Amino acid sequence: MSHTLRKILMFGLVAIGFIAVGQLQSWPLSLTILNLCLISAIMSLGVNIQWGYAGLLNVGVMGFAALGGLAGVLVSTQPVPAAWAAGGSGLGLAFLVALVTIGAICWCYFKLGPVVRTLPIIIIGLVGFFAYRYFFDPAVSAIEAVDPATSGNLGGLGMPIILSWLVGGLFAAAAAWAVGKVSLGLRSDYLAIATLGISEIIIAMLKNEDWLTRGVKNMSGLPRPVPYEVDIQKSEYFIKLAEDWGVSIIDLSSILVKLAYAGLFAAVLLILLWLCERALKSPWGRMMRAIRDNETAAEAMGKNVTGRHLQVFILGSAVIGIAGAMLTTLDGQFTPASYQPLRFTFLIWVMVIVGGSGNNWGAILGGFVIWFFWVEAEPVGLWLMDVITSGMADTSPLREHLLKSAAHMRPITMGVVLLLVLRFTPRGLLPETKR
Amino acid sequence: MNFLNAITLIGNYLFIPGLTYGCQLALGALGVTLIYAILRYSNFAHGETMAFGTMVTIFATWGLQKLGVSLGPLPTALIAMPVGILMTVVLCLVSDRVVYRYHRKQRSDPVIFLIASIGVMFLYNGLIRFVIGPDDQIFTDGERFIITAREFKTLTGLKEGLAFKTTQGITIVVTAVIVAALFWFLNKTRTGKSMRAYSDNEDLALLSGINPDRVVMVAWILTAALATIAGTLYGLDKSFKPFTYLQILLPIFAAAIVGGIGSPVGAIAGGFVIAFSEVAVTFAYRKFVSYLAPESWQPDGLLQLLSTDYKFAVSFSILVIVLLVRPTGIFRGRSI
Repeated sequence: MSHTLRKILMFGLVAIGFIAVGQLQSWPLSLTILNLCLISAIMSLGVNIQWGYAGLLNVGVMGFAALGGLAGVLVSTQPVPAAWAAGGSGLGLAFLVALVTIGAICWCYFKLGPVVRTLPIIIIGLVGFFAYRYFFDPAVSAIEAVDPATSGNLGGLGMPIILSWLVGGLFAAAAAWAVGKVSLGLRSDYLAIATLGISEIIIAMLKNEDWLTRGVKNMSGLPRPVPYEVDIQKSEYFIKLAEDWGVSIIDLSSILVKLAYAGLFAAVLLILLWLCERALKSPWGRMMRAIRDNETAAEAMGKNVTGRHLQVFILGSAVIGIAGAMLTTLDGQFTPASYQPLRFTFLIWVMVIVGGSGNNWGAILGGFVIWFFWVEAEPVGLWLMDVITSGMADTSPLREHLLKSAAHMRPITMGVVLLLVLRFTPRGLLPETKR
Repeated sequence: MNFLNAITLIGNYLFIPGLTYGCQLALGALGVTLIYAILRYSNFAHGETMAFGTMVTIFATWGLQKLGVSLGPLPTALIAMPVGILMTVVLCLVSDRVVYRYHRKQRSDPVIFLIASIGVMFLYNGLIRFVIGPDDQIFTDGERFIITAREFKTLTGLKEGLAFKTTQGITIVVTAVIVAALFWFLNKTRTGKSMRAYSDNEDLALLSGINPDRVVMVAWILTAALATIAGTLYGLDKSFKPFTYLQILLPIFAAAIVGGIGSPVGAIAGGFVIAFSEVAVTFAYRKFVSYLAPESWQPDGLLQLLSTDYKFAVSFSILVIVLLVRPTGIFRGRSI
């Protein structure tokens, strides 16, 4: 089977899946799944850039996605002038101190000898840390005291939320630069563990720094890039349209809003896909493959392996950050507690491996297929448990337990799928094409 | 007197918790390091293996409690642990047979093993939540304290109390016994020596007639036992919640790498380094300073370097420093 045919067939099957959900369950649900599929596809595209092109193991997808989400909040919400007045200057001073400290440490690290530098670095670090806390702590308590029930944070810039997609990418890229600088060039597992660590720290920060995003008090009601259902329901034109088509105005408005989101997301996905395909076909892509397949040979040919790795790691993380910002946009809220490694890191990995690492189309297909299964595994699992236990009495504790635990079929299914693919088709559903 | 009070304070809130947590991390890191030394990959499923072993132990504990069996002042979980170890050994050997053996025969890249271990992690994760659910389970019984804060105060007449929980005592004793047994096994027995030889140089070990399947099997058995013990001790000391076992993966990996991955001594040292720095950095020193400093110097803040929510940042920072300064770890484990 040729690659194109296989591609068409696979995506055709996905389309049939969406139509089936639309017909059997409901169309708004089908579109909800589609929207999240599009976002997942972008995330898995980002991981594919790192893993498929360069063989880099990023186990911190969750953190980069959360940074994207943070950008969504910081760009779109209205600023809180009272909070800025209360603690803005203190916070600014604190960050200035932090910047100076880091600069001084870097200067010592690079300019002084290996043994001499240790003591000054420790002293500068300690002094800088206490100076930072001296300015930071009062500023934060001042900010968090401003109207804690509704805001208690600095707020954002009050700009259109679409802009945050770009900013989210930049945030994630900056974090990736820092992580990559430290752990690239060492063994591949070290990058995995370093990214795992940074993602946990990012989540801990988002949960606890109330002055930034209100922490676990969450940010909800973020502005939208698309119209609200309520406005559509009031519009004469759409009321008439709904009557003509014979659907309820509530369904129509929800479908329209979701379609608008789907359009925006699909546009981003297509642009990124186009860029990725161009990159893979270019000399740059050829070089990346050469580095991935034989680092030593590529290095002997004069390629800067660590430099290229850093570049591709930043690019991939930026794509994940974009997807994270899009997710916050879709949800209309930012809830740091919802970032779970299983859902945001390891699931994306399953998508890439199952779809076909190294193949952009494969990563996107994986995003669609796996998210679809992830959502549908619960109703299917519930139904399956119901059938299996139908012989038992309704009050049987085992039946009750099995039905209650059906949701945990999800990770089991994902684990089995990943292991099966690794064993029987390690190149994924859409294997990388030989060029 | 103030000086003694300050020392007691540190002992109560810093030294004992740090030592206990260090033991738990050390046992966990030993498992990670063993798999790394023999199978040469970072096992991401280790946290879930710990959770699985603990889960079986909990069920066995409940069973024993129903039968009316108890250890008196000691937690029943101690006699339930062998059941947990046995089941975890079975689970690990089955996973190895079904998943890892194929990749070993294929001589897959270590990264492929790592991804396979992520698949196994998903599987265990779902299995554990499916059987016991995602909620907290408390299975500690027996005497709660070896010495309570009040007893200590009346005993010594100090203002500060020193509480020593039974679970903490058990953790320390069990760890000491297990570590001693493990080192005896690795250094004195034939199988242990063959494992070290295999870890050092696989080809040479094969040439000398060491059976690789046997080495791998023993490695899994040891890892499963260590994981169950570490998990149960952690669960006894805190409480059993499946999610925390996923989170503890990071400090465990950090401990293994800081000590030098592949080196058992390093794993133990790394565990204590990580544990003590985590506790020391998140400890509020206000009271400690107030005992030692003169009246007029009383601090008004908590004197806490980092809030406890950032304890991951501590293990991560140590990891980064070690990666920058000495990538092979304190005890020169397997290099890059």
